[in-house]
Amino acid sequence: MKIKNMLMSTAAAMVALGATAVTVQSADELPACDNCANSMTLVSWGGAYQNSQVKAYAEPYKALTGVDIVWEEASNEAVAKLRAMKEANNLTWDLVDVVASDAIRLCDEGLAREMDADTELAAAPDGTPASEDFGDLMVSDCFIPQIVYSTTFGYRTDVEAWNGKTPTNICDVFDTETFPGKRSLEKRPINNMEWALICDGVAKEDVYDVLSTPEGVDKALAKLDTIKDDVVWWSAGAETPQLLADGEVVIGSTYNGRLFSVIEEQKQPVAMLWDAQVFDLDGWIVPTGLPEDRLNRVLHFLKFATDTQRLADQAKYISYGPARKSSAPLVGKHADLGIEMAPHMPTDPANAKNTFLYNYEWWADNRDDLDAKFQAWLAK
Amino acid sequence: MSDPATAAVTATTPAREEVLTTHDGQPLKKSLARALRREKMRALMLVAPLLIFILITFIFPIGDMLFRSVENNIVGDTLPGTVRALQNWDSLSGEAPGETVFAAFADDMMVAQEEKTHTRLGSRLNYDQPGISSLFRKSGRRIAKMDNEAQVEAFKAANPLWGEAAGWQALRNSDAWPDALPATAISWANFSRFVESDKRGKVDPANEVPYSFTFAALDEDLKAMPPETLQSLASSSNADVAAMFGSLQGKVADIPPSTYKEQFLQVDMDWGLVENWATIKRLSPEFTDGYFLAAVDAERRADGVHMKPENERLYIMLFWRTILMSVMITVSCILLGYPIAYLLANLPVRTSNMLMILVLLPFWTSLLVRTSAWKVLLQQQGVINDVLVWIGLIDDTNRLVMINNMTGTIIAMTHILLPFMILPLFSVMKTISPSYVRAAKSMGATDWTTFWRIYFPNTVPGIGAGSILVFILAIGYYITPELVGGTSGVFISNRIAYHISSSLNWGLAAALGSILLILVLGLYWLYDRIVGIDNVKLG
Repeated sequence: MKIKNMLMSTAAAMVALGATAVTVQSADELPACDNCANSMTLVSWGGAYQNSQVKAYAEPYKALTGVDIVWEEASNEAVAKLRAMKEANNLTWDLVDVVASDAIRLCDEGLAREMDADTELAAAPDGTPASEDFGDLMVSDCFIPQIVYSTTFGYRTDVEAWNGKTPTNICDVFDTETFPGKRSLEKRPINNMEWALICDGVAKEDVYDVLSTPEGVDKALAKLDTIKDDVVWWSAGAETPQLLADGEVVIGSTYNGRLFSVIEEQKQPVAMLWDAQVFDLDGWIVPTGLPEDRLNRVLHFLKFATDTQRLADQAKYISYGPARKSSAPLVGKHADLGIEMAPHMPTDPANAKNTFLYNYEWWADNRDDLDAKFQAWLAK
Repeated sequence: MSDPATAAVTATTPAREEVLTTHDGQPLKKSLARALRREKMRALMLVAPLLIFILITFIFPIGDMLFRSVENNIVGDTLPGTVRALQNWDSLSGEAPGETVFAAFADDMMVAQEEKTHTRLGSRLNYDQPGISSLFRKSGRRIAKMDNEAQVEAFKAANPLWGEAAGWQALRNSDAWPDALPATAISWANFSRFVESDKRGKVDPANEVPYSFTFAALDEDLKAMPPETLQSLASSSNADVAAMFGSLQGKVADIPPSTYKEQFLQVDMDWGLVENWATIKRLSPEFTDGYFLAAVDAERRADGVHMKPENERLYIMLFWRTILMSVMITVSCILLGYPIAYLLANLPVRTSNMLMILVLLPFWTSLLVRTSAWKVLLQQQGVINDVLVWIGLIDDTNRLVMINNMTGTIIAMTHILLPFMILPLFSVMKTISPSYVRAAKSMGATDWTTFWRIYFPNTVPGIGAGSILVFILAIGYYITPELVGGTSGVFISNRIAYHISSSLNWGLAAALGSILLILVLGLYWLYDRIVGIDNVKLG
């Protein structure tokens, strides 16, 4: 529960300090870059998320250095593509944005470069070394976290059949009596199995022990069976917001930033159910085998783009929490909407009353096995 | 081209007079063959660019990819010593292997973690043995701290040469190397790789004393060796080697055993599980049938090949579904496309051109746009359901489920593939002379008989061509089923894509792809036997 504690203290600091001015290293002090390439190819997820990275990192960096930054939208298959590039000996990417579990796999396969956080990344403004500032969120030696996001539920607020009740508990998703209507869930076992077990009476801390046994897997699938006929399965993060907006589903899981834009930007009659949200991380990896000049450029950019101010800036464009402790107090208002972002962060104390942690190690071991069982169950 | 010498020979050889010759005296056969060969060469030169292009960009990569379905050299390459040591271990014995295997394993792991291949091997083994991936990751971090000092000291105490590079050089140059010391030789190769990788080629391993893992291998060789061999080593022609082994005579039993097994069990108790070692042993050959077995829902256990448990079977069902749905899509394309093609072929040119544009227009629209359009139309709050509710055909609470299931896939894919049926049908129907139909009618045939006996048989080649196109395109389709298929309308290609890009189990993806390829070729062969491939016309 270390990560969780850290997230909570981050959130607490955010509230305590509010908008207190903190002196930050000015971007003008960017050190010169020797023997550096003049362009980079960055890989990300596209959409609002990539946009927030362009605004917070890439545009300021370009303004300071004049370096060309090319973006590619391929993070969802980054691991496969990096492996193929390595085999073909033709590495065209310089910096890749991936979720933590993929970073672990890339590190395992020797496709991502191990980082020395304290020498290669900027320290916090008060001098705290980067490794301490990121703390436990550095779940892999190759991974530089940027944001904390969560997978959580959104529900429509105008469902007549619910007779004025609103879901407040994760188990309401499994309660088709009180909350009739279609649900959307991700087409993979991760998160769904955990939620099913929690709602089947398993204590949160025992979930992975139970899931490690064949009976536990059957138990989770049996619980999911009770709503199987009511579920629309999604594979892209944009699907649930669309399904909710169309009224195709009344409740559905997706990333909290996607729900934020449905609720606040598109003003749809949708609300958040933060209960049992699952925290996950997203960040950068540097591929192994970059030529020296390209590597120098990437490290130069990385030091700038993952400093305290830049991470805080990103939260102006999207409702994901910055991964540095020292960034939390700097989070301000949304760039276009002008609303305070702190209450929309998954780490905000009001939202994080009951959270769940993605167990990277456990899923790395059991993903293939459980996925086979889950897919066989789906196809039945 | 005239060749006086040959001409003279022909002229002066009466026995060959019956051979036909050309005007310059060459035998006709030869001359003809030469001309033909020139023609063939020219044709080959003309197709060469395309041939080379297809070979390089299509045949080789596909061949390489399919080869992965049986390739499995990662275990043998990463754990050479372990694989050798495991030969003497019986996976049915019910007991984890002994210190010998663990010592060899520690040695292999040391090199593997230096080269960062141990985690990769871990993820490979994890396909067959869930949980082993984190064991490898965890042990890789701890391997450099493992200790074998007691043994190294015992050897050095017997003779200091064991701790000197010169002693090891002499040993490697002696006749005993590598046959009398097989485990040591493998460990030495590991050590060379380790130094190579660790010092980036700046240090020559030949000038070094090997790391402590090699001493465990040496101990293992000595303890397995008959006394006579040790005796002959001790009387080696090389004085150093003789001294080194001489000092060990009668003392082999006194060398303290290495403790790698204990140390690994301290890292994780799961190293004591028989299943983990059985998996490593089972996957140690260079080729495997495991991926193909997994692709047909079977698995190899210690006692032979079995079907997987009921709740894990998936692929055979998906193969059947893919074929069945492709047939359904092909049939719906025939039913929908035939009348349209007939209309196109028999209307005046100006009208039929207009209609032709309508057929082609969707063809030019992006696949994703068309698929998304179907989503808007078919979903429960979509256009079709709204209209049906509005005209009162269905109740608002009982809206039809037409998407995220088989129906959705069939509707969307029939629409997408329809032009591939209409175009060949149209071009075949265009060539059918109207006089056939008129002749049949003038002889008193009814409309139905005229169609069924005269017109339809003439269109069969078009149906054949269209069906082959549609069926083969459908069977490998991926994106549309993924978007509108939900769970009951996805194809085998969706699982192949999943294993290529998400689970990274390329071996299984390759096996599934190979089976799909064989299925398509088999169906093609069947088609050739029943309908005849000559009976297919695209125009």
